[in-house]
Amino acid sequence: MQVMLNERPVEINPGDTLRQVAARFKPEADLIIWNGFPVQGDRPLSEGDEVVLIRRGERPNLEELEALMMARHTPGVHAVLKRACVGIAGCGGLGSNVALSLARVGLGRLILADFDVVTPSNLNRQQFFVEQIGQYKVEALQETLARANPFVRVETHRAELTPANIPLVFGPADVVVEAFDKAEMKVMIIETVLTQMPGRPLIVGSGMAGYGRNNAIRTEREGDLYICGDGVSEARPGRGLMAPRVGIAANHQANQVLEILLG
Amino acid sequence: MMQVNGRDFEWREGLTIQAILEAHRYTSPRIVVKVNGQVVRRKDWDNYVVQDGDDVRAIHLIAGG
Repeated sequence: MQVMLNERPVEINPGDTLRQVAARFKPEADLIIWNGFPVQGDRPLSEGDEVVLIRRGERPNLEELEALMMARHTPGVHAVLKRACVGIAGCGGLGSNVALSLARVGLGRLILADFDVVTPSNLNRQQFFVEQIGQYKVEALQETLARANPFVRVETHRAELTPANIPLVFGPADVVVEAFDKAEMKVMIIETVLTQMPGRPLIVGSGMAGYGRNNAIRTEREGDLYICGDGVSEARPGRGLMAPRVGIAANHQANQVLEILLG
Repeated sequence: MMQVNGRDFEWREGLTIQAILEAHRYTSPRIVVKVNGQVVRRKDWDNYVVQDGDDVRAIHLIAGG
């Protein structure tokens, strides 16, 4: 009988249990994952079961790491995401959070575009760190994504996006995510993608300043255009952009990417 | 009769997108306009003449990200 052990096929005897297989192949393992779920006790195995054996604190080599991370991604889902490409226009509060969520879930290829550098005022909501201040955002984010998931292909464009370059930069993307700060730029990319790249889904953020009102943040669809946010909360004195609510809107966007890619 | 953001709006011959937006006082530079699901770019608003029965959506974008 064949099962997948740490992502490789192995032959076991019919009737072998999970614990027996663990003891034979990796006796030092202290975390046992069976078909995507950590298991405490013992259980019978069936043909084709996926078993992952991990020793806590042990740092796997890259090849092992990819196999072990894949075991955590839902099978079937991961195969689709691994082949997908997503473009992210702007690497601020929305873009850095969308990119990190998509990298963690195992998306195959990300195209990041931003012209700006990391400043101290970004740290209140964006996925950057103190030692990255002064670095170009696309480069800082590329490093951070590699720390979370080194198996994502990340392509960076250190440039201001315009109607002329958007179709080129995001040509390979299955879905484009708008993550600008300025509303005029949001208008610009909507007009560009919907007229120059017909049929390409575009997910924008609109209205996420302040705090509270969790459930006012929603996703609305207008054909190929998806709008995530509360549609009203603009940043102004006394109501700034803050990590929790920007993160909610960003993850609406990331979650909508998954729904589009996975159907 | 036509629709603007889901509400009835009196149609007349030669009505442009620009005229519809002005009638609603939608003068912000932060608006995207769709007619029957298709985006009409800002530079075309003055010349784009809507037809009777058209469905016009003016979407206001909010700054922040």
